Amino acid sequence: MPEEVRDRVIRCIAETQHLDPETVTIDSTFEELGIDSLDGINILFALETEFEIDIPDDAAQNIRTVREMVEGVERLLAEKVNSGAQEQS
Amino acid sequence: MEPRRVVITGLGAISAIGKNVAELTDALRRGACGIRPIELVDRTKLRFSSGAEVPGYDPADYFDPKEAGLLDRFAQFAVIAAREALRQAGLEPGSPLFRRAGIVTGSCVGGQTTEDEGFVDLYLRGRPRINPLIIPKTMANAGASRISLEYGIKGPVYTISTACSSSNHAIGQAFWAVRSGMIDLAIAGGSEAMFSMGILKAWEAMRVVSLDTCRPFSKDRSGLILGEGGAMMILETLESARSRGAAPLAEVVGFGMSSDAHHLTQPSVEGPALAMQSALDDAGLAPEAIGYINAHGTGTVTNDPTETAAIRSVFGGHAAKIPVSSTKSMHGHTLGAAGALEGVASLAAAREGFLPPTANFTEPDPACDLDVVPNASRPGNPEFVMSNSFAFGGLNAVVVYRLLA
Repeated sequence: MPEEVRDRVIRCIAETQHLDPETVTIDSTFEELGIDSLDGINILFALETEFEIDIPDDAAQNIRTVREMVEGVERLLAEKVNSGAQEQS
Repeated sequence: MEPRRVVITGLGAISAIGKNVAELTDALRRGACGIRPIELVDRTKLRFSSGAEVPGYDPADYFDPKEAGLLDRFAQFAVIAAREALRQAGLEPGSPLFRRAGIVTGSCVGGQTTEDEGFVDLYLRGRPRINPLIIPKTMANAGASRISLEYGIKGPVYTISTACSSSNHAIGQAFWAVRSGMIDLAIAGGSEAMFSMGILKAWEAMRVVSLDTCRPFSKDRSGLILGEGGAMMILETLESARSRGAAPLAEVVGFGMSSDAHHLTQPSVEGPALAMQSALDDAGLAPEAIGYINAHGTGTVTNDPTETAAIRSVFGGHAAKIPVSSTKSMHGHTLGAAGALEGVASLAAAREGFLPPTANFTEPDPACDLDVVPNASRPGNPEFVMSNSFAFGGLNAVVVYRLLA
């Protein structure tokens, strides 16, 4: 079974932050995880590479929790599928 | 013994808003913005598209082809600005004064544009060898060394690389070297040319470059805009200037530096405040003496309110009375050249009796509640002006100048 988006996001965060993945949950806030702005852009870079998406600056600006990050990635993945479908039609 | 007074007898600058100080001054007076679509690299491959490039720059206007081939664009800008400043100071190559003269320049990325091109050959084109000039063209001191060679300047010549504080650190070191008697004359400033795909992509990943334009202190500010250029000033003792009949334009009166010891990229209030206070102390001035501040004012979400708080903490109630503008709104953020270009801009404008504006200003931000001279230059004759530079890595450098009639 393919890894869920949620698990992949958590893995990216854990790897980038050198954290035990067990300590990162969907409800974790960046503050709890000690993620600051520089860590944030590093995680965005990891996510862009992991999911082959381009995360715009404005979409990234107000994200403060793992849940918001997972939802943001899901949204961008859905847009990618849609734009791919449009290109084919 | 009274400390030696250090005056400025020449200014030089090349940037997106002028290839010399006269053009720069005219643009500052008009509040003309030099931010345009990037042309030096394929901007369609970037998330942002605007930059402050020197428009229509042709090395052949300044260098013979062999000379130009030896110099990265950033070093060319250093030489061009130095030549202009030396000309105004009335100094020719081989002057006997150059035996006790030095050069201190600042640059953040140095010749990385040349390096980037070389690495494209290596990694992308699979070539087995790369240009032997990459090393001498890339080194951050390439501009300083070229100026030394061209003019026969034989004293201490070196380059400081402290990110966006580089050239204010350079001016400060040169100022102290002349004041202390180590040397009698110095060329100080900085230069930068960062428009290569590799460097722009790295800035894109930092997520601090505006997709719009540079709007310092404005509520809807959305980041910095990168700009290229160079600026230099000639520093010498008042005695030296008088004895050779050179007109002092201004005086360097104070320099202060500090380190935030806080975070690699997030600014603090305390660090910049300490640097401003140190510069005032070095100058022996009360905060009330300052009549204009050229802010670091990058236009990023974080810098501008932090700088506002730092200015308020140093200047107290006087903060509301000081015009504070960011000329980065016009010539962009020139990184290692910023302090020098903004120092030259401040002095050139004030000598003409006006204060340069903060361009592209749309809406006040309560967190940046200073008199930011929005959009239009304003008549003004400050005696003392302060120029702020704060760098990634938490390094702050502040210079205080005095205008001389």
